[in-house]
Amino acid sequence: MNAQNKTKDMNHAGEPLLRMAKRDGVSLKKKIFIRAAAILLALIIDALFIVMVTDLNPIKIYGTMFIANFGNKLKIMWMIRDLVTLLIVGVALAPAFKMRFWNVGGEGQILMGGLATAFCMIKFGNSMPSWLLIIVMLVTSVLCGALWAFIPAFFKAKWGTNETLFTLMMNYAATSIVACATNIFRGDAPMFTIINMGSKAGWFPMIFGARYTINVIVVVIFTILMYIYLKYTKHGYEIAVVGESENTARYAGIDVKKVMMRTMAISGAICGLSGMLIVAGKDQIISTGSADGRGFTAIIVAWLAKFNTFYMALISLLLVFLQRGADEIASAYGLNDYAADIISGVILFCILGSEFFINYKLIFRGGKAND
Amino acid sequence: MMNGEKLVFSVFIIYNEISVWGLYMEKALEIRNITKRFGEVVANHDVSMDVRRGEILSVLGENGSGKTTLMNMIAGIYYPDSGQILVNGQEVSIRSPGDAYALGIGMIHQHFKLVDVFTAAENIVLGLHEKGRQDMKTVTEKIREICDRYGFDITPEQKVYDMTVSQKQTLEIVKVLYRGADILILDEPTAVLTPQETEKLFGVMREMKRDGKAVVIITHKLHEVLSVSDRVAILRKGEYVDTVETADATELSLTEMMVGKKVELNIDRPEPKDPIKRLEVSHVSCVNKEGVTVLDDVSFDVYGGEILGIAGISGSGQKELLEAIAGLQLVSPASKITYYQPDKEDTPENLVGKNPRKIKEMGISLSFVPEDRLGMGLVGSMGMTDNMMLKSYETGRSIFTERKAPRELAENIMNELAVVTPGINTPVRRLSGGNVQKVLVGREIAASPTVLMTAYAVRGLDIGTSYTIYHLLNEQKEKGVAVIYVGEDLDVLVELCDRILVLCGGQVSGIVDGRSTTKEEVGLLMTKRGDKQ
Repeated sequence: MNAQNKTKDMNHAGEPLLRMAKRDGVSLKKKIFIRAAAILLALIIDALFIVMVTDLNPIKIYGTMFIANFGNKLKIMWMIRDLVTLLIVGVALAPAFKMRFWNVGGEGQILMGGLATAFCMIKFGNSMPSWLLIIVMLVTSVLCGALWAFIPAFFKAKWGTNETLFTLMMNYAATSIVACATNIFRGDAPMFTIINMGSKAGWFPMIFGARYTINVIVVVIFTILMYIYLKYTKHGYEIAVVGESENTARYAGIDVKKVMMRTMAISGAICGLSGMLIVAGKDQIISTGSADGRGFTAIIVAWLAKFNTFYMALISLLLVFLQRGADEIASAYGLNDYAADIISGVILFCILGSEFFINYKLIFRGGKAND
Repeated sequence: MMNGEKLVFSVFIIYNEISVWGLYMEKALEIRNITKRFGEVVANHDVSMDVRRGEILSVLGENGSGKTTLMNMIAGIYYPDSGQILVNGQEVSIRSPGDAYALGIGMIHQHFKLVDVFTAAENIVLGLHEKGRQDMKTVTEKIREICDRYGFDITPEQKVYDMTVSQKQTLEIVKVLYRGADILILDEPTAVLTPQETEKLFGVMREMKRDGKAVVIITHKLHEVLSVSDRVAILRKGEYVDTVETADATELSLTEMMVGKKVELNIDRPEPKDPIKRLEVSHVSCVNKEGVTVLDDVSFDVYGGEILGIAGISGSGQKELLEAIAGLQLVSPASKITYYQPDKEDTPENLVGKNPRKIKEMGISLSFVPEDRLGMGLVGSMGMTDNMMLKSYETGRSIFTERKAPRELAENIMNELAVVTPGINTPVRRLSGGNVQKVLVGREIAASPTVLMTAYAVRGLDIGTSYTIYHLLNEQKEKGVAVIYVGEDLDVLVELCDRILVLCGGQVSGIVDGRSTTKEEVGLLMTKRGDKQ
């Protein structure tokens, strides 16, 4: 550590003030320390912001954020509901992003799955037994989501189109289709309301006092399955190789185009499934806002977790915690929404920023190089 | 009249000589106790050396000994962690290539930094921040002057995409001279040149030296060091070993200093034992994405039990040729690549149009060590075990991957080839170049191939590891494997290979016998287009 101190008396006048150096092999202890320091720093900055701008007691604000998530049983359940809804989209996007396929079309794939579910609920709500209805909903939503993701993958495989633009455009198409469909669904009614309000056909059954219990179970299962799929199956291995280098994949005899289309179909299928969970298990309605930006937020979830689905659960928890906390303080203290967003934004910024310090170290002018 | 002219001339020469002598002992550049780290890797540790005006200094060292890192710090690309740099006796701080230029330091990089669609003159003024309008006429004039003085064969109006590799390098040199550099650093300039072009470059370097410039050449080719430089500074594993006068040095003494131990400079070449035809490549042509013909009617045979060398200036079609055989490159319809399976020689198979997996499914064991080790042969972010799976992961019916056999294979390779790695699950990207290559070659040989193709198998490897690779290739040859060795070091090609095929511009310009040919003959063939035009 101090072997370099001998050179301390050197003339450092011309050295740049700040330099970066890459480091690897950071110990787990240090990683935890850096992240903890980041959260502490965020809380301090936020406290300053709160005191200076709102004149409120920061400790109380933090307390409110905590209570918003963990205050009572119901709040915990809602927090879990939001968490799994975000997590399943992250799980869906993970294989695509691991393959370095920029699927920014999660939003559209969720909407198409949700729309398929809503369509089945309205169309077959009165004519099918509920077990059959749910199976039909499942199949159609999964197929619609998969199709919505397969189209850009097919075009990329065949003609080398840019997947980022293509999947993004598919979002707008899906949003318009949903807007159009809801107008048709409502018929002469002044607005499109909860589907099958009376018969509750196609709604998930109540389990443990909540309709979204099935959502939680399904998401937990898929989180585990996706972990296994990516880590231990041949498909998962192919995805990893294609993501790292297409040339290596070709060298190994992997059919890159096939893997690309297959993986995107899987990614879209799970997005479609999440659409069904949102409509049948959570909202019982479809609208252009049903996906609520999760198709984009989940990209952060997937990348930050480096495609490990269990880490994804932790990151989803953090994001949902901040979101629910910000909403709560905005209403409880009559704060502007933006002020609440700044508070949660600072926390997120510091945590993301800490990743930089885990990968790099800074050397100040005249500083030791190996610290 | 004649006499007067002679007198003036000799006075001029003497004056020049004196001024050169006067400058001779002056240190143009001095490095003191430089240390540079990249993460845990120490690239340079406490290195000190100096360069004088009017001399050519070779910086010699194996790959990974820190030569380029050291020079990059002088050229302003990296900043040293500690230590000082002195130019003309003044301590300086070089924070950017711009700083380096201002101090008269110019570096010619191994990989050219030129804009293809610009002319020579445009490339030269690119990045100059001169006030007012740039008058291309005076620029062109100045470039002509430099070219005339050193006998460079480029014209200012020539577009870079029309230039040969050697011309591009010349342009890089003109670029730094134009900026008034009097300390020139050339990073492995001969790697891309034919022996004839190399000689010409050395002529230019001697001319610069006579002009009183300080010239530094980075290389690991000993004969070049001996023929061109005045002094040699030797680096080993990031540490400075010594600086010696070239006149007092021999190939052996330099090698010992460079490697740190006595090495055998001879490569084994056992006689081929009953060679059998394994591959017949006939009329293979291929066009790349830009529409350029990269392989033009290439035909040759490959025999089991021999090493076929493929020589050529880089980019003459070597890569495409190997990839065509491996099923990774589209070739023209008239092409035929016929494979003769051992014990089934009478039922040959055509490999054209088959991808690597199809070839494997046909029961053909074709191993390929590609040029781009981490970009094609291996997955950098994966450990040794997962990289072993690359060629075998899809065997078996289970949807799950099987890791036991690959792990055992990885452990075997690690032990047998002495791969230095923290563990078999450490990403191979973190290993040094030599160890990466051991992993790749080890895996390819473990597949017990009938044909083994290697592209630049020893590029960037130290002498010890290179010999390990030569030895492995010879072992395969003695087992009856048909070995194809694409190489760039002519000394090695003529010592290792039984036959050498020379490519030039995508055509076969000759196939020579490795035992009777000379470096010069191969070098000439490298620049001679085939008869078919």
